[in-house]
Amino acid sequence: MELKIKAQAGSFESSDVLIMVEPQPTGVGRKIELESIVMQQFGDDLLNQIHRDLDALGIDDIRVIINDKGALPPTISARLETALKRSAGLQAGTLT
Amino acid sequence: MLYIPGNNPAMLQQGSVYGADGVLLDLEDAVALNQKDAARILVSHMLQYVSYEGCEVTVRVNHIDTPFGEEDLKQIVPLQPDAIRLPKVETIDEISRIIQLVEDIENAHELPHDKMKIHVMIETALGVQNVYDIANYSSRIDAISIGGQDLAADMQLVKTNDGIGIDYARKQIVMAAKACKIDVFDTVYVDVENEEGLREEAEYIKKLGFTGKAIINPRQIEIVNEVFTPTEKEIRKAAKIVKAFERNKKEGIGVFAVDGKMVDAPVVQRALRVLEMADIDVADI
Repeated sequence: MELKIKAQAGSFESSDVLIMVEPQPTGVGRKIELESIVMQQFGDDLLNQIHRDLDALGIDDIRVIINDKGALPPTISARLETALKRSAGLQAGTLT
Repeated sequence: MLYIPGNNPAMLQQGSVYGADGVLLDLEDAVALNQKDAARILVSHMLQYVSYEGCEVTVRVNHIDTPFGEEDLKQIVPLQPDAIRLPKVETIDEISRIIQLVEDIENAHELPHDKMKIHVMIETALGVQNVYDIANYSSRIDAISIGGQDLAADMQLVKTNDGIGIDYARKQIVMAAKACKIDVFDTVYVDVENEEGLREEAEYIKKLGFTGKAIINPRQIEIVNEVFTPTEKEIRKAAKIVKAFERNKKEGIGVFAVDGKMVDAPVVQRALRVLEMADIDVADI
C-alpha cells in the first residue's frame, strides 16, 4: 500500500480513537505519537497492535498520531485501516 | 431488532447486552455519506471480534445502485453474518441482481449459499406493489420489513403518529410474508420519548400479524418484548389446547372442546405458535 497524502479516521467519542497518518520519505521509519485515556494500563498493547497492523500491510515509513478514548482492538485496527486507505486513495465506496 | 449505527464503536461493542432478539448493524441511513468507508471497515472488524451471542446479527448494506452498495457486499458477505438486509428493494430484477452478486462473492470465497439469510426492506410504493413477487423470489429471503420513513417520503405523506398513510402497505407486506411463510418486521417508532405511543403501535402491528418490530433505542426493547411475548395466561391456555389435541388425536378425534370452546386444527396451530413464541418445547408441556 503506497501512502500519498495525510489522512485521518475515527473521532474523539468515548470508545473510539482518532488516528492521523502521514507518509514519510523512504528510510525515515515509523514515528508514532500516542495519547490514551488508558495509557498506563493498555499503552504498550496499543502500540504493539499498531506495529503489528503496519507490519501486516508492509508500511515502514509513516507518521501516526493516535488519540485514544478507550477503543477496543477492533476499533483501533478499523480506524488505522480506514486512515491508511484514505491516505492511499483506496477508499472505494465512499464520498469525500 | 435493535438498529445500531455502523460507525459508532461504543454501541457496536455493547449491542448484545440490551436484551434485543437481534441487532442490526447499519451501514445505510445511520451513517454519514463521507463515513461510509469507515463504517464498513469498523463493522467488518467488529463482526470478527465481538460475540453477539444470543442475538441474531444482521447487517444493513447500502442500496446496490449507490456508490457504496457493491463495496458493502464485497466486505460483509465473506464474513457471513446471520443475515444481510437490503434496503429499498422495488422489483424482481433488482433482487435477482443483488442475490446473484451475493452468490458470486460467496463462490469466490468458497462459501455455501444457504447459511446467510437475506432480509428485504420494502420502502417505496413500487416495492409495496411488487412485494409478494420479491419475497417469493428466493428461499434465502427469510424476512421482509417495511421501512416507514422512506415509504412515507416516497408517498409524499404528511407525517402523522397514527400511521394511517402506511396502513395499506403494512397489511400488504404482512400478507405477502404470510403467503411466503417468512417473518415480517414493522418499521421503527421514531418518537423515543413516547413510550405509550410505542406500546400502542406495537400492539396494533402484532394484531396485523407482524413477527416483530425494529427499534432504534435500547429503552424501546422492553416494551416491544412485553407486547410480543405471550402472557402466562396465554401460555397456560395454549399448553392446555395442545395437550388436549395430543390426547384426542390418539382417539382419532379432530374437533373437541377446551373450557367450553371449540378447538380444531387452526386453533391448535395458533396454540403451537404461542408456545413457539415463548420458547417452550411441546415435548416439555
